[in-house]
Amino acid sequence: MKSIVTFAEQRDGKLRRPSLEAVSEARRVADAMGGAQVEAVVIGAGSGALAAELGHYGADVVHVFDAAELAHYATEVWARALGQVIGEVKPAAVLIPFTAMGKDLAPRVAAATGAGLVSDCSALAVKDGKLEARRAVYSGKAFATVRWSGEPQMATLRANVFSLATPDTSRAAKTVARTVDAASRAKVTAVNAAAGGKLELTEAQTIVSGGRGMKGPEHFHLVEDLAAAFGAAVGASRAIVDAGWVDHHIQVGQTGKTVSPNLYIACGISGAIQHLAGMSSSRIIVAINKDGDAPIFKVANYGILGDAFEVMPKLTEAAKAYFAAKG
Amino acid sequence: MKIIVCVKQVPDTETRIRINPEGNGIVDQDVNWVVSPYDEFAIEEALRIKEAKGGEVVLVSLGPDRAQTALRNGLAMGADSAVHLKDAAFDAADTMGVAKALAAAIKGIGGADLVLTGQQGVGGDHSQVPGLLAGLLDLPQVTMAIKIELGEGKATVTREIEGASEVWETALPAVISAQKGLNEPRYASLKGIMAAKKKAIDVKDAAALGLAAADLAPLTTVASLELPPARPAVRMIDGDPETQARELLRLLHEEAKVI
Ligand SMILES: Cc1cc2nc3c(=O)[nH]c(=O)nc-3n(C[C@H](O)[C@H](O)[C@H](O)COP(=O)(O)OP(=O)(O)OC[C@H]3O[C@@H](n4cnc5c(N)ncnc54)[C@H](O)[C@@H]3O)c2cc1C
Repeated sequence: MKSIVTFAEQRDGKLRRPSLEAVSEARRVADAMGGAQVEAVVIGAGSGALAAELGHYGADVVHVFDAAELAHYATEVWARALGQVIGEVKPAAVLIPFTAMGKDLAPRVAAATGAGLVSDCSALAVKDGKLEARRAVYSGKAFATVRWSGEPQMATLRANVFSLATPDTSRAAKTVARTVDAASRAKVTAVNAAAGGKLELTEAQTIVSGGRGMKGPEHFHLVEDLAAAFGAAVGASRAIVDAGWVDHHIQVGQTGKTVSPNLYIACGISGAIQHLAGMSSSRIIVAINKDGDAPIFKVANYGILGDAFEVMPKLTEAAKAYFAAKG
Repeated sequence: MKIIVCVKQVPDTETRIRINPEGNGIVDQDVNWVVSPYDEFAIEEALRIKEAKGGEVVLVSLGPDRAQTALRNGLAMGADSAVHLKDAAFDAADTMGVAKALAAAIKGIGGADLVLTGQQGVGGDHSQVPGLLAGLLDLPQVTMAIKIELGEGKATVTREIEGASEVWETALPAVISAQKGLNEPRYASLKGIMAAKKKAIDVKDAAALGLAAADLAPLTTVASLELPPARPAVRMIDGDPETQARELLRLLHEEAKVI
């Protein structure tokens, strides 16, 4: 029977949202291939507890590598584990989330299994039983349709683009307990959470970003306040990262994060091509800018031509009232 | 300490992209080619390590003739020598083919204590070559490094992940890929540019790397390339800031349905 293998990334005993998106997509691909089996792979100490949830999202079989020595991600070990399953199951396709972990892991697995790998896909289709991927290239200035010449067809999936299946708690997956040699030449010795435990940009449904139009770091709270009102993550343009107002890990764009939220609000950002590269696949874009010719208005769905210092506090107030009324 | 840095020449991000008549690639003409920005971080890091610990920095680039300009840029920054992998057979190679050629070249020059790459090549944005290379060379890897500290036969590397950073310890040799934040690349000095002209670039084709056509047969191919779908025209919201704010929320709720 044909199968689709999907890697379910977990951290701290929780499945990450991009993993659930990947399982959901694997289910859709499997169904489109005429009823292939979805085989999820979950690795890590305590990961056995996550098998049921993977079943709810569409996995038929969950391969579990649950051992105390698998407390931290290690490329070589995870690649060995995933390679073991791929070697046995011989899947038609392998789907991996394009997260920091998936980005690190997928090529290593491709090298070991000889699979063709297509990165950062934003859509998959099944044509004549084979996969076809769509992905952004040249900073989103073009889209490529890519095909594989053999199997397994391995793809990494951009976060926040593939929709989540509605979990079906009556679905139960079969679990297969597995073991792997945990020896690795490169090891994680510490994990330091970013300050403030802030919302992760690449997984956020709403992002409020600020740019040089905010004039100085002392005004950046306007961006943070607006983000808080929307329950959004905070992003930034490179100009203000380079100026040292904010940390690089919130930079959006070509040399920062690529994000695809439902809603992206750009405040005082001109919309340089390198910034657009990181956010133009957002579903709805709002631009607040005092220059009507700013390129950001070319990609925006809604535009407010005005002074961010006047508009943002009003929008924060209105959003607070809106979300309070909504409950 | 011998450090090999893999360098890719890519279109400047400002370049307007034109799609070729076959509809599966871009028109190469009128493109301004530059060293991929992440590779500049890798070159800079290699030079800093060399300056601190001594050693040699070798650049490797796969590409057509123009790739030599990228190599000259790196040599002008201070790298010692360069290898240019050039063959018409590489034209259709995918990421795996490129990684195989780079791996063969690295083996051909006797390996290294450290292989540095950018975390992705701008344009293709695959983020594959570092992991493929490490896999093919059977070396440990740490990707997206924002800090590298070398010890005896090992390196401590900080890597960026979602909402956190990880500290890794890896045995050397290893493949490490550079993320923005690792360093600020230097500009080549006039002296460096002059010196680079005299440095050797060793050109190797597929046969010299021991690669046959079958090794380079692509596993993935771009069937077509299209310009992105046009976004609908922007809807400007008028009024005083308070009205604009309320109207925007209404539209986001009723029309866009995102809140
Ligand atoms: C290789 C390379 C990689 C790059 N990578 C990135 C990247 O990853 N991300 C990124 O963002 N950039 C990147 N850049 C930089 C990019 O080219 C731009 O310089 C940058 O995005 C500009 O940031 P900005 O929009 O905040 O600033 P500016 O371009 O200066 O724009 C400021 C905007 O604020 C508006 N403004 C000013 N005052 C107000 C006010 N009171 N109210 C409302 N609006 C106001 C102005 O009209 C203007 O449109 C890269 C550049 C290069 C060369």
